[in-house]
Amino acid sequence: MAHQTGIRFLLNGKDIVLDDVKATTTLLDFLRLEQRLTGTKEGCAEGDCGACTVLVGRLQNGALRYEAVNACIRFLASLNGCHVVTVEHLSGPNGRLHPVQQAMVEYHGSQCGFCTPGFVMSLYALWMENPQPTEVEVETAVQGNLCRCTGYEPIVKAALAVNQYGTPANDYLTTERDALTARLKAIQPKARVVTGPEDDRAILPLDAADLAEVLAENPKATIVAGSTDVGLWVTKFMKPISPVVFVAHLEELKAVELTDDALTIGAGVTYTESEAAIRDAFPHLSAYWDRIAGWQVRNMGTIGGNIANGSPIGDTPPVLISLGAEVMLQKQGGARTLPLEDFFIDYGKQDREPGDFVASIRIPRPVAGQIDAAYKISKRRDEDISSVAAGVSVTVKDGVITSARIAFGGMAATPKRAAGAEAALVGQPWGEAAFDAAAEAVKQDFTPLSDWRASAEYRALTASNLLRRFYLEHDAGTAGAVRLAVA
Amino acid sequence: MKDHQTISGAVHHDRQHDSAIKHVTGRAEYTDDIAEPYGTLHAYLGVSTVAHANIKGIDLSAVRAAPGVVDVLTADDIPGVNDISPTGKHDEPVFPTEKVEFHGQPMFAVIAETRDAARRAAELAQVDYEVLPHALDPVQAQEAGYPMITDPLKLERGDVEAGRKDAPHRIQAQMTVGGQDHMYLEGHIAFAIPGEDEDVTVHCSTQHPSEAQHMVAHVLGVANNAVTVNVRRMGGGFGGKESQMNLFCAVAAIAAKKHNRPVKIRPDRDQDMTATGKRHDFVIDYDVAFDDAGRIQAVEGGFAARCGYSSDLSGPVTDRALFHADNAYFYPNVLLKSRPMKTNTVSNTAFRGFGGPQGVVAAERMIEEIAYALGKDPLDVRKANFYGEEGRDLTPYHQKVEDNILDRLITELEENAEYRKRREEIIAFNKDSKIIKKGIALTPVKFGISFTATWYNQAGSLIHVYNDGSIHLNHGGTEMGQGLNTKVAQVVADAFQVDFERIKITKTTTEKVPNTSATAASSGSDLNGMAALDAAEQIIARLTKFAAEKHGVAEADVEFLPNRVRVGSEEIPFDTLVKEAYMARVHLSAAGFYKTPEIHWDRAAGKGQPFFYYAYGASCSEVSVDTLTGEYRVERTDILHDVGRSLNPVLDKGQVEGAFIQGMGWLTTEELWWDGEGRLRTHAPSTYKIPLASDRPRVFNTQLAEWSVNKKRTIKRSKAVGEPPFMLGISVFEALSMAVASTADYKVCPRLDAPATPERVLMAIETLKGQG
Repeated sequence: MAHQTGIRFLLNGKDIVLDDVKATTTLLDFLRLEQRLTGTKEGCAEGDCGACTVLVGRLQNGALRYEAVNACIRFLASLNGCHVVTVEHLSGPNGRLHPVQQAMVEYHGSQCGFCTPGFVMSLYALWMENPQPTEVEVETAVQGNLCRCTGYEPIVKAALAVNQYGTPANDYLTTERDALTARLKAIQPKARVVTGPEDDRAILPLDAADLAEVLAENPKATIVAGSTDVGLWVTKFMKPISPVVFVAHLEELKAVELTDDALTIGAGVTYTESEAAIRDAFPHLSAYWDRIAGWQVRNMGTIGGNIANGSPIGDTPPVLISLGAEVMLQKQGGARTLPLEDFFIDYGKQDREPGDFVASIRIPRPVAGQIDAAYKISKRRDEDISSVAAGVSVTVKDGVITSARIAFGGMAATPKRAAGAEAALVGQPWGEAAFDAAAEAVKQDFTPLSDWRASAEYRALTASNLLRRFYLEHDAGTAGAVRLAVA
Repeated sequence: MKDHQTISGAVHHDRQHDSAIKHVTGRAEYTDDIAEPYGTLHAYLGVSTVAHANIKGIDLSAVRAAPGVVDVLTADDIPGVNDISPTGKHDEPVFPTEKVEFHGQPMFAVIAETRDAARRAAELAQVDYEVLPHALDPVQAQEAGYPMITDPLKLERGDVEAGRKDAPHRIQAQMTVGGQDHMYLEGHIAFAIPGEDEDVTVHCSTQHPSEAQHMVAHVLGVANNAVTVNVRRMGGGFGGKESQMNLFCAVAAIAAKKHNRPVKIRPDRDQDMTATGKRHDFVIDYDVAFDDAGRIQAVEGGFAARCGYSSDLSGPVTDRALFHADNAYFYPNVLLKSRPMKTNTVSNTAFRGFGGPQGVVAAERMIEEIAYALGKDPLDVRKANFYGEEGRDLTPYHQKVEDNILDRLITELEENAEYRKRREEIIAFNKDSKIIKKGIALTPVKFGISFTATWYNQAGSLIHVYNDGSIHLNHGGTEMGQGLNTKVAQVVADAFQVDFERIKITKTTTEKVPNTSATAASSGSDLNGMAALDAAEQIIARLTKFAAEKHGVAEADVEFLPNRVRVGSEEIPFDTLVKEAYMARVHLSAAGFYKTPEIHWDRAAGKGQPFFYYAYGASCSEVSVDTLTGEYRVERTDILHDVGRSLNPVLDKGQVEGAFIQGMGWLTTEELWWDGEGRLRTHAPSTYKIPLASDRPRVFNTQLAEWSVNKKRTIKRSKAVGEPPFMLGISVFEALSMAVASTADYKVCPRLDAPATPERVLMAIETLKGQG
């Protein structure tokens, strides 16, 4: 079948057909420079400030769902078949303010106004999903939005009041949902998309088999799922990444399967899409999940990408390794599975052969007596990269620790298990002595680095103290809180 | 017909920001949103990759050959003077010719058809450096024998030696206070459009259009009247756009004139943060002597600052640190010295509080030291040292504190926040809680209002009343989100007694009001409100005279009522009177002017009255700390802040809340981190962490002291609000310190430097181990 050489999507309800799209053109540049839609702002070009927040609607299992995303690190080509909604589309045709806008005005939620369109879009996404949020839910929804003027107080108050000004039932994206769904269905790709010049080529495979074929043809291609990391290679480092293979749209990589034995998550599943299943199968990860980046990034970023990029400070590898997760790699003509910890070989080096792509992650469900915990230490509580991240899984039978899997991020060149600490626990009776020994042993397990996130001393001390925290949190004899409350 | 009794947007009433609807709809236009004329070029800066070196040669051939590149500007392309020092010290070149003095220093600018092309090409320069040793902080700089970048200041009163001799207690210690990036959401940007003759118009995001105008004229070698600088609004400023925009304006203007094409320059966030200045970091040595009651007898303080490679505003900034090293406390004997150190870092600049917060932090630390040493509640030590009656009312710079309202303010906050009860509860809680420890602190702020550069305390305005009764308002201040335009328009609406909607607020431009001061030092509404009132009153006087003459009544019998004018017994709509006045050839335009009275300052003597008045405030914060990791939460903050008779309470409250969070960020999670090579590694929001919504106190009560009235005749008896509440964030820092101190039974004042990141908190706890 002939390749499709351009992309089609909807922008604020309008059809957009682009014949030749460079892989590295961002949605933000397209909006501001080509469409003159200047309501969407560039604050950081790295997905950390939210001034560029827009909504992207896409079909998920046939249903149209809108999510807040960062336009600055979202590649235009990846929007094939989607509906992009910007702040310019919120007011009614008569200029009447949208309920979110009305609330922001009434509660004095803007001062300089530069971050405001981004906040409006995040709050719009929240209101559609959850019209009567709690304060903590509001804070979670705007983790990815920075405001330097207001101190956020009036913005949070506005967010809590939006529903007084109108309900989602009357919103354009609700009333027009069927028509928009039909229009999007009509523009879904029917063939592989290959677009852009040779040195900035974008490829959107039709399905997983086509992906394997594309990678066999282009073994050095850059695979992009959520672009929350690769986006920065372009916007910050101006790195050439052609050819780029986009995978976020592939349904086969989006499966989430929960059985009695394990949770299997497709590599293209975003943090947001996996949230419900994670909460069900691994309740201890629920609060941790909310601390991975900001909402916009969780809506784009994938667990597959977090693993595949091999960062020593990714949030998911330590907690997945401690749970005994396996990664499945696929390529044309074969697939293989390996324990996640074996995937990380060294800094910047993973066990990924030419043509391989991460297809899924399988996380075994806890066995009887298994106690799990996940910890993230960062300078700022939310939307920060961890200085230390830890997954701790300990199984206790009849008062004796029969198995321990402890993995840390931020402590070595790769996400890594704490062999000494694990050994100090296994075979010991559950108790302070065992964990004191583990807390000492973990200091020998790692030689962390000092950088702008934390010093080596702090990392080592915190890693050790987190094992003490684990004991205190799970020991029946502990009195008083051992961790700060979320709300 | 509108309400006949009142006008909309009256002074002392809540009024939404005049651009609120434009903000929420994305229709508010910022400099980067202005439609680019055909032929617009884009500039991008090429920067140094070492902290300190002689430039032996620069090979720009690869830059010039890169796709889309039109030109590369270096020092050779500057037609006028290669200098943009805002204080005339001639120590800040646009582009250096012999030496680079910090990592990331701009060396040249690429001019290209697109921003992307310019940005890519800027990476391609080959520079031959002769690397020199560098000093990054004030301690390294002093050890390396670096000079002070500008004259230090000394404030002295009484005799510290004698004061110390009589005092039973003495503490000498050191504290490091980190800097802060402004992290305005809109970065620097300038857009120059060439005109005929020597003219050039620059649209940009500066707090100081007049200075930008003068700097552009200076580098172009033309008269000031050839240059127009326009600012509609900024996406935040906080001091970071007071002098720092000069570079971008200069580059855009030089390129625009050279190529006779519009030129825009917008650095990316990383370059914005590495190439432009920040809040000064300080290393503060304090030596405080006190009696058994905790009353201070003598204070000696040394304030060494990281100023960067050039003076910029470091002189006045370090001066203001000394002006506020007393905060709210009377020092019977005092000697304060600044050491504005040259360092191989970006030249530090203005930031909300302008050095004042660093001085206040030091004062509060000394109070805490005394409290821990004597086993007292720090609030009692604070109260024992507040400025008081005759004999206890003189500042280290010999100005009398005559408007102190802290007694009442602190008492009210102490009661509303239930400080004493909660402190008891917290101490009890800490006894039983092994891992989580709490702390509480109630800290005051007293902040001097006026530019210490006395000539800056002037402002102008221009008001036109058109013959349909609509009003065009212009003043020299700039809008950066603080609501200045809204407040000034309220003043004008109030003067004419017309609805707010009748007034068109226009961009700040050097064409309409000349020789303006920076919108800084919290002075925006004080100065420009008065200047606008002056213009309005001139027109009102002419209208009054006209109406009185026409209707044959005394001028005293002409009264401006809401949207109408009473002339004798007759009421005439405002529009009608204006139309009649126009037909009778009455001049309906006026330029207004204001200068702050009473102030004077003799820097050499360290004496004078640099401040017109003081603004006051206080905050009480409670925190919880995880002693295993140093992580913390702010559980509750109560604020009571003084804005005099507020021009617009809701906007003032927004300033107070925003300033508190920004001050808290400065002292908690916002950390500037340079590596050994002198590279700033926290240079974007991914690495530099300002507070988020979830960092707000879990309970956050902010109130204005509604009973306060400025004793001085300021605009409608209001007080400045921009900077003073920034220092309310100090209560969070001292509450963290108390939680740390609890691990050693409050016997030792923790060694806690700012910012108190989770790491610093945990390490302070570690240091206390075994000391309880």
